[in-house]
Amino acid sequence: MASLTLPQRIRKEFPILQREVHGKPLVYLDNAASAQKPLAVIEGQREYLSNYHANIHRGAHHLAQLATEAYEGARTKIADHIGAASTDEIIFTGGSTDAINLVAQAWGRANLQEGDVVLVTQMEHHANIVPWQMVCSEKGSRLEAVNVHEDGTLDMADFAAQLERHRPKLVGVVHASNTLGTINPVADLCAQARAAGAVTLVDGSQALPHLGIDVQEIGCDFYVATGHKAYGPTGIGFLYGRREMLEAMPPWRGGGEMIKRVSFEGTTYNELPHKFEAGTPHISGGIALGIALDWMNGIGTAEISAHETALVQHAHSALNTLSGLRIVGTAPQKVGVVSLVVEGLHPYDLGTLLDGQGFAVRTGHHCTEPLMDHLGLESGTLRMSFAAYTTREEIDRAVIALDRAISMLR
Amino acid sequence: MSADLIASRQAEVIDEFSLFEDWMDKYEHLIELGKDVPAIDDARKTDDHLIKGCQSRVWLAADETEEGTVRFTADSDAIITKGLVGLMVRVLSGAQARAIAEADLHFLDAIGLHQHLSPTRSNGLASMVKQMRLYAAALAARQA
Repeated sequence: MASLTLPQRIRKEFPILQREVHGKPLVYLDNAASAQKPLAVIEGQREYLSNYHANIHRGAHHLAQLATEAYEGARTKIADHIGAASTDEIIFTGGSTDAINLVAQAWGRANLQEGDVVLVTQMEHHANIVPWQMVCSEKGSRLEAVNVHEDGTLDMADFAAQLERHRPKLVGVVHASNTLGTINPVADLCAQARAAGAVTLVDGSQALPHLGIDVQEIGCDFYVATGHKAYGPTGIGFLYGRREMLEAMPPWRGGGEMIKRVSFEGTTYNELPHKFEAGTPHISGGIALGIALDWMNGIGTAEISAHETALVQHAHSALNTLSGLRIVGTAPQKVGVVSLVVEGLHPYDLGTLLDGQGFAVRTGHHCTEPLMDHLGLESGTLRMSFAAYTTREEIDRAVIALDRAISMLR
Repeated sequence: MSADLIASRQAEVIDEFSLFEDWMDKYEHLIELGKDVPAIDDARKTDDHLIKGCQSRVWLAADETEEGTVRFTADSDAIITKGLVGLMVRVLSGAQARAIAEADLHFLDAIGLHQHLSPTRSNGLASMVKQMRLYAAALAARQA
């Protein structure tokens, strides 16, 4: 018996993939924006809300204990999944954006001074730009960006030169670009940054669903990711921080959970990781994120990566048959993201006509406006992005649909 | 009188679009309509006349005619957006300012294109309709 492909094995676990859009079967190619959820995640959240919902970390009753165990169990799963030395190094956040804001506000406000530089790259998502601009303007510090080559790879020579020139206090770099798909050599970048005396932050939003991650191998001080792009719920993500970094940082948000003792004379703060988790968290989200990671590990990130790499290669060669089409981002190492432009046509028009044929894609600047400006793509790109359940056949159909859209517009 | 004009033009558009059952046919027609939009002068395609959508850009100019009605000219860098803009201009241009400001615009709903008015579509159409009404309301106030 021929063995089944990965999508053949898992597609039935995704109820949403059975639905139609505008009377056509849905082909979901907007996974870099958000991935769909397997039954395990949907049921896991329902199970928590139906059977053991209670507030965590307090109350001696049975439900509070079950909920706390499940939530803290999810923290352990995250720590294991990314190779953190301890669960104390995993802070639950609302997502990657929230996690970067935490670092910018807690670490940045305590450490950045006038004239200091924060170095990022031109391919960062707005979430790894704007929080730094905010703290820089408050502190009189400056944000600089490393050049990105035309093919979507990072300019390593410029990176080294800017490290040397600016001696940045912090280097923030995206692990995998949401617009270009480029996988950056983060271990190398972090080693160079560390040697130059910089603190390092890696934005792993697109890496978590596609790649195996080991933060100790990467050697970063901070690593952030979000749950909903990795088959988990929205509104939940995490910050990994090396223990010494987190210990030295003041808390950011104040409130319940993050305190040891409160009086009007003064308050002492809780231990890690709770010091950074004020208020009642997204309990069901945290639990379901743990389930999503279990689900991914049930397949294995190596198999997911291999599947998506094959899809990207297939998509590149299939798309290159269309005249006037150019793929934006052709780095040798990519996650399942394919951005493209068609000469003389607006991505918005193409995206609308694909939607009409049942294909969900993304158009525009993908929250990377500086990158689009840098590449001279004023109207942005059309982006197809893949997941473990995406099939070659879906990509073939998308290429046919795109061809039809192009002829309608020409 | 002018309200009747807007109503009858909406009825005409609804009638025209009722010929298309398939979503793609509807869009093909919209693309054709985009080619006949009364074009805004290139010299007026400045930031003053730019309506910022998130993705496609729309330029709109409004002028008072000698008869005291409002004439709209427009353009967009995306063809489908331009078709939608064209529909708006076709329904509203040449009507009295007060009638435009108070018009009950239901035709996009009726032809199944109302989703384009949702802010999430980021095509600037919703902002354009708002701008058309604002201009008309300001002119109506001056005329009163």
